[in-house]
Amino acid sequence: MLIELTVNGETRVATVSGAESLLNVLRNELRLPGSKNACEQGECGSCSVELDGELVCSCLVMAADCDGSEIVTVEGLADDEWLHPVQIALVEAGGVQCGFCTPGFVVAAAHLLEHNPHPSREEIEEALSGNICRCTGYGAILRALESLTGGAA
Amino acid sequence: MEIVRPKTLDEALQARAATPGAELLAGGTDLMVEVNFGRARPESVVAVRRVEELKDEEARRIGAGVTWARLESSPHRALAQLARTVGSPQIRAAGTIGGNIGTSSPAGDGLPWLAALDAEIEVASRDRGVRRLRWDEFFTGVKRNALAPDEVILAAILPDDVPANQEFAKIGQRNAMVISTVSACVARYDDGTVHVALGSVAPTPIRAPRAEALVSSDASPSEATLAEFARLVSEEVRPITDHRSTEAYRRHASGVLARRLLERCLARC
Repeated sequence: MLIELTVNGETRVATVSGAESLLNVLRNELRLPGSKNACEQGECGSCSVELDGELVCSCLVMAADCDGSEIVTVEGLADDEWLHPVQIALVEAGGVQCGFCTPGFVVAAAHLLEHNPHPSREEIEEALSGNICRCTGYGAILRALESLTGGAA
Repeated sequence: MEIVRPKTLDEALQARAATPGAELLAGGTDLMVEVNFGRARPESVVAVRRVEELKDEEARRIGAGVTWARLESSPHRALAQLARTVGSPQIRAAGTIGGNIGTSSPAGDGLPWLAALDAEIEVASRDRGVRRLRWDEFFTGVKRNALAPDEVILAAILPDDVPANQEFAKIGQRNAMVISTVSACVARYDDGTVHVALGSVAPTPIRAPRAEALVSSDASPSEATLAEFARLVSEEVRPITDHRSTEAYRRHASGVLARRLLERCLARC
């Protein structure tokens, strides 16, 4: 079946097969490989996107149920000139090791800051609790985000 | 695969009547795991997340389509506590209490709360209208329930006497993204009656009636009574050994958890 989505502000049409996930469609049909496919069960957060304004795991979203939805992926956060502040902060703090989890962290962190520009350390940890970094680079990731929030307590 | 995406309850009931047994899809956080791992291949789906009538949250009636993210600020203390332990922010933004009820997993985080409060599950079909089943009529086994193939889960209905004094906790291997090894909910009513419900320790959520009887009406149980309470809970659960834990640990943890929650309730009296 065909579905129409707004992805990163652009109208896109995709062919969806059966019950496949939004993640598959983003990566394979729409050629947006930034959202990563890892656990396929919502454990790792590497496929995090915004779906109609909510932060979700795109691997747990049925693409066929997304016709008409608005999606923001990691590819939609930077503008033509500048990276998103979260991306800049991660670069500066060395918050990237192998990089596989990074898109998910970037999307989750950008979502947090959009709703809560001055989160506490606990709020940052909670907001990122659905994202796993198997290089265990959490310290640098948290430091990167604290640099954006004025290092709020 | 056919998918129907109703916007109203009437449309949802119509779709279920037209294709009985069509997979009900809410947040997708259970079904899509099965799809991704090749264990489910639905031919027909009724996707209900747009149905406004299912999203109402009232004091005694919690719509099936209310997400865990919303329930984190529920006025029901234990419901807010348990909502906060479901999955991760991503899971809580999508997953709903109705999905939890429909999946009927022994580890469903919402189920001990429904059991402790003697909630009813409200369901409806186009042809037979609305009916309400007590939680212990609804949950019939591991991932099995009494929902008919043409029905839709509408809401969890709470009795009038829901006590404010209620506590939930669960044990798992880490803080986030954990499927519970044991979960428990204790509610203490104004007249001193205590309800104890547990999850992940039987095919369905269960109550511990002998433990409840021991401490009901006792506002300051002795150390010996509390120890006996924990022992009875451990005896009343029916856990198994699986990849997440052992029967012995689950029995032990059930008693410890229930006692801890009872003490929290008593401290507030």
